[in-house]
Amino acid sequence: MAMKIGEGKFKDNVNKNMEDTFMRGAVAGAQERLRTRRLDAAEELGNWEEWRSHGEEIRQHVLNNLDYYLHELTENIQKRGGHVFFAETADEANAYVREVVNSKNGKKILKAKSMVTEEIGLNQMLEEEGCEVIETDLGEYILQLDEHDPPSHIVTPALHKNKEQIRDVFTEKLDYKLTEKPEELALHAREKLRQEFLTADIGITGCNFAIAESGSVGLVTNEGNAGLVTDLPKTQITVMGMERIVPTFEEFEVLVGLLTRSAVGQKLTSYITALTGPRMDGEADGPEEFHLVIVDNGRSGILGTEFQSVLQCIRCAACINVCPVYRHIGGHSYNSIYPGPIGAVLTPLLGGYDDFKDLPYASTLCAACTDACPVKIPLHELLHKHRQVIVEREGRAPISEKLAMKAFGLGAASNPMYAAGSKMASAMMKPFTKNDRISSGPGPLKAWTEIREFPAPNKERFRDWFKEHEKGGGGQ
Amino acid sequence: MIHHRDAFLNNVAKQLGRSRNTTVKPERNWQFRPQDKTLTNKTPDELMTIFRDQCRLIHTELIETTGEKLADVLEATVNLYGGGPISLWDDPRYTEFGLASLIDETWPSRRVDVHKWDAEQGKENIARAEQANVGITFSDMTLAESGTVVLFSSTGKGRTVSLLPKQYIAIIPKSTIVPRMTQAAQEISRRVQAGETIPSCINFVTGPSNSADIEMNLVVGVHGPVKAAYIVVEDR
Repeated sequence: MAMKIGEGKFKDNVNKNMEDTFMRGAVAGAQERLRTRRLDAAEELGNWEEWRSHGEEIRQHVLNNLDYYLHELTENIQKRGGHVFFAETADEANAYVREVVNSKNGKKILKAKSMVTEEIGLNQMLEEEGCEVIETDLGEYILQLDEHDPPSHIVTPALHKNKEQIRDVFTEKLDYKLTEKPEELALHAREKLRQEFLTADIGITGCNFAIAESGSVGLVTNEGNAGLVTDLPKTQITVMGMERIVPTFEEFEVLVGLLTRSAVGQKLTSYITALTGPRMDGEADGPEEFHLVIVDNGRSGILGTEFQSVLQCIRCAACINVCPVYRHIGGHSYNSIYPGPIGAVLTPLLGGYDDFKDLPYASTLCAACTDACPVKIPLHELLHKHRQVIVEREGRAPISEKLAMKAFGLGAASNPMYAAGSKMASAMMKPFTKNDRISSGPGPLKAWTEIREFPAPNKERFRDWFKEHEKGGGGQ
Repeated sequence: MIHHRDAFLNNVAKQLGRSRNTTVKPERNWQFRPQDKTLTNKTPDELMTIFRDQCRLIHTELIETTGEKLADVLEATVNLYGGGPISLWDDPRYTEFGLASLIDETWPSRRVDVHKWDAEQGKENIARAEQANVGITFSDMTLAESGTVVLFSSTGKGRTVSLLPKQYIAIIPKSTIVPRMTQAAQEISRRVQAGETIPSCINFVTGPSNSADIEMNLVVGVHGPVKAAYIVVEDR
């Protein structure tokens, strides 16, 4: 699975997913809980705006000095006996991992949840090499068992599944005989995965934040799986997006706090681990070999552009949890492992407009995402910028928009045309109007009114009202 | 070994519209420093109250005791968790805090299996930790706000003692309690700046492992311990 998780057209995906009532209920409920928890966590910290501003300035500083910090990080990793590979493309990253895995004769590979390895399609490559790849995050594990069902959320990837569906997957794939109680399901997964941890050859993780001053990689989990993935196998490979770095432990602390509060409303998650190099001489656990793969895969093309601020992202999903569009259409509609507002901005930048030009339109520009972002990415402005680029530079506005604009251009070009058109509007729309609302509109209005009502044109035109008003008349 | 770094960083600098900088440390002139005024004015007693309240939220039992009573309290807590096998660090603090006779005499005499981390034994340590019913470590630093124990790995302090056993007990000398992660981060950063070698694993552990991946229901106990207890001991 690479970044793109489906072939369907965006509109078809939406239509299909809107029918999935469980998914829609689950998403709405999860959004509600996660949003409330985030607000509570922000509230109890006090001066949240100041924390956000600090998060923003740290991320901006890092992006503007990325070459320095990546250099410092990798020097320090080398000093601690680790290996580093800089990969410009997904293929280069995968080739290096393949080389390491083969040189260790690795067959069983354990993974802790990582978006960047999903993005580069690492699992698929390893499976083609004949390796057994096991996801250890409970949500990812469930999806993997269910024939690689794609994730629908970047923090809780199996959000779209209910416990009965999960029980059925366990029954079919793991010979599970108990009920759909989450405790029983989780305990079963614990027992199954414990055996895998003890016999794995290689552990692969993502990286929440690397710490330049010490050459450390920081991992954030609740389950403790990243700890086991890095403590038990002989070889650890960590894959990081090149922008996921901080100067020192002090900034690490700030961003981890913003991440855990914004993602799940916890002050800190159960396990936050800073790993530096392989195990030291005389230590009996931890990896004997450590490899860090730093991935560009399109990110450098965003640096220095009007979209640079999207690289501030710390993958907390706060924007996803407040998005009214995501709430209705769910994660799979976006065709990308990165859904929601952050996905609608990031996916077209990494994957191109050919496949993803619909995503910037999957937004009401209500700015709830921007308000929720703990590092102050102006998400709705970036969505708007995408639309400008699509229309002005790429010349590929959606057809209905082109037609509407053309018609408006014609109608508004001359005074008599505009006057006639606007006078007729109310009468023309009368057959579609009920209680001053249009709920099933014709032509270009159809797509709009399928989802919501449109106010009927006023019987009295603004210009006429204004004339009356100036005369001191009683127009309303 | 570092592969392909030059070309990669040259490209990054080019995109940023300047030449590559790997030598001049960028100045960090932060406009905001909210961490300097978060919980920094709390007295030790107030921090203890915050810590106590937080432990309830993270499903962790908190027991407060004195140096004299620590051995009894630890023994009772282990019994409550169903006894051995027990996995321990090789750490002089067990003796400093008066636990030597419990560990070396009382438990063995009661046929409670105790494994003390011994790097010489290599992988056997992991096998013993995996079979353990209870893992016991000291906390190196303790964060009141989040209810977190910070564990520094070393030759005698295996990473997996806090992770593989079914249940986990952290002994927290009261003097290790600081307001929040800010103070731990500052201390680690100070050591890095002073040229010290920091541990290969610094683990911030907050209660037992958990997951909310199934319908957002909280399940306590996934890959790590299913239960956790903190014993705070007066040491000053």
